[in-house]
Amino acid sequence: MNSPTTSPLLSVRHLVKEFQMKAMRRSGRRKRIVQAVTDVSFDVHRGETLGLVGESGSGKTTVGRCVLRLIEPTAGQVAFDGVDLAQLNFEELRQVRRKMQIVFQDPYASLDPKMTVGASIAEPLVVQGIDGNHEDKVVSLLELVGLSADHARRFPHEFSGGQRQRVGVARALALDPALIVLDEPVSALDVSIQAGVVNLFGDLQQRLGMSYIFIAHDLSVIRHIADRVAVMYLGKIVEIGPAAAVYEHPTHPYTKALLSAVPLPNPRVERARSRIMLEGEIPSPVNPPSGCRFRTRCWKATELCAMQEPTLEIRGHGQLSACHHPEV
Amino acid sequence: MPTPILEIRNLQVTFNTPVGPLVAVRGVDIDVHAGEMLAVVGESGSGKSVSFLAAMGLLPRSATVTGSVLLDGQQIVGMSPKQMRSVRGRLMSMIFQDPLSALNPVHRVGAQITEMLRAHTKMSERAANARAVELLEIVGIPQPGDRAMQYPHEFSGGMRQRVVIAMAIANSPKVLIADEPTTALDVTVQAQILEVIQRVQVQFGTAVVLITHDLGVVARVCERVNVMYAGCFVERGNVHGIFEQPTHPYTRGLLASLPQTGVERLVPIAGFPPNMLRPPSGCAFRARCDHAVEACGSAIPPLVPVGESESACIRASELMGRK
Repeated sequence: MNSPTTSPLLSVRHLVKEFQMKAMRRSGRRKRIVQAVTDVSFDVHRGETLGLVGESGSGKTTVGRCVLRLIEPTAGQVAFDGVDLAQLNFEELRQVRRKMQIVFQDPYASLDPKMTVGASIAEPLVVQGIDGNHEDKVVSLLELVGLSADHARRFPHEFSGGQRQRVGVARALALDPALIVLDEPVSALDVSIQAGVVNLFGDLQQRLGMSYIFIAHDLSVIRHIADRVAVMYLGKIVEIGPAAAVYEHPTHPYTKALLSAVPLPNPRVERARSRIMLEGEIPSPVNPPSGCRFRTRCWKATELCAMQEPTLEIRGHGQLSACHHPEV
Repeated sequence: MPTPILEIRNLQVTFNTPVGPLVAVRGVDIDVHAGEMLAVVGESGSGKSVSFLAAMGLLPRSATVTGSVLLDGQQIVGMSPKQMRSVRGRLMSMIFQDPLSALNPVHRVGAQITEMLRAHTKMSERAANARAVELLEIVGIPQPGDRAMQYPHEFSGGMRQRVVIAMAIANSPKVLIADEPTTALDVTVQAQILEVIQRVQVQFGTAVVLITHDLGVVARVCERVNVMYAGCFVERGNVHGIFEQPTHPYTRGLLASLPQTGVERLVPIAGFPPNMLRPPSGCAFRARCDHAVEACGSAIPPLVPVGESESACIRASELMGRK
């Protein structure tokens, strides 16, 4: 791990992303704005894995895409290696993008079925105008992800889900990135296959030293792989800190409820522990609750929570959480 | 032991495909007792869903189903479509992963539950409507009277699954088959839905077959567990036995591949499941198994008692002793 004096690889400040929904003329409905991400700030250090967890609609995928400027943030700064991405023109952005890559959830959809796997892996090199023998590079990438040289001539349909995800990883590695956004990279895989891909991410990081933003809804996978964890709820980070602190001593009621809802594969432990059953579901991001966004489902909510939005404050175990009545 | 409410014997399902017969289920035996919550666990393609789609008579014509499925003493295999219609939804219901595709988008949810009731009973429309609202309340939908008048798109994923459960239990079936009912839901909503299913099981004595790939869910709510691999059960037993002293190498492999607290490195299972167009001889897991010997290839091993469970591994006792 890094000393705190080194500057972070990625620095996200006050990130906001709003999506406009089309006005519906007939129903007389006005233009509505979905607040997908609201005022999100975090750093990713060199060689570390930041886990981004949250349920559907929490904004975790939107954060990942804004970081890569795959979608344009509405406001806020994303600085990669000290360079503010929003200030870059298309050509400059393309240069920086060499250093940041993404792996998607669905290994079936992210590969071109008509391209050989070798051609898919070499494509980033071609796009970036890199000269040299791509064939050798492709072979070394395939071997790096646990496949072999003769896989290069085959097509995606000849691979299993786990193998295809490895191909996606090989393609992401082609340009030696410093940061890879992993967006639910193992969610579509069976557990016995998922384990191999999760191990691969760990091994690659140890060898190549890149940073990951690992986005997942599976809290057990995140706990296994992440150094730090950010828990999102309705477009905001409610708790962020070292994985051990967040998992062992959650201080935000949402984090606590979320962790208690995860079924553990151990009947004795699972049946003995108490669960916090959250009422209802996540509110609409079009019209989020005032103050703390979690208050409508929180058992600790008071008047203060409706009136004043809590800010991220440092807690006992080194994490930050945004709550007026934190757990201790 | 009382007679099981659902008794499946030597169930075999073969799909006739353009490239030849695909054997999806290869001789499955299972007993489901009244009021129990039984787990069927396995990974994609293991045949867990197909087994119960066959029991429900929901497979396409390209599927050949043989064996015996006795539901409350009635033989289901070979029933005419008409007979089958009177069984489905009355004696046995099934819910699926995606509640939206199980609901008709252009009908109010109340009307869909009413239809379910009126298809099997001589209930008046008025009584059925009232019962539909009652059912929505049972599955925990707030303001059930108003919600009954709404359309599926007005419900969230969790609420839709509740509606589907309400439909499934409308005629108080003896068996409810839940095929990955919480896989598409967020964990906090999953917890709510599992509670609804458990409530149905306890309150109405409905036997529930929970088909899932999630071992955490099994550990939370099931008593007996069946582990399926390549169309066969490879292990079955009490939930504590399965998790604490798994007897089959596949079960052990599944558990070792799960990320858990204190586990430094995950242990994946090497290789892939077999191609069921050309099912392997003998134990289907042997190509991926560290303990495979020549004898594993001779015949599909039957389930035999090992410790507290039953295991379809010919070396189970020997390997247990070694550990």
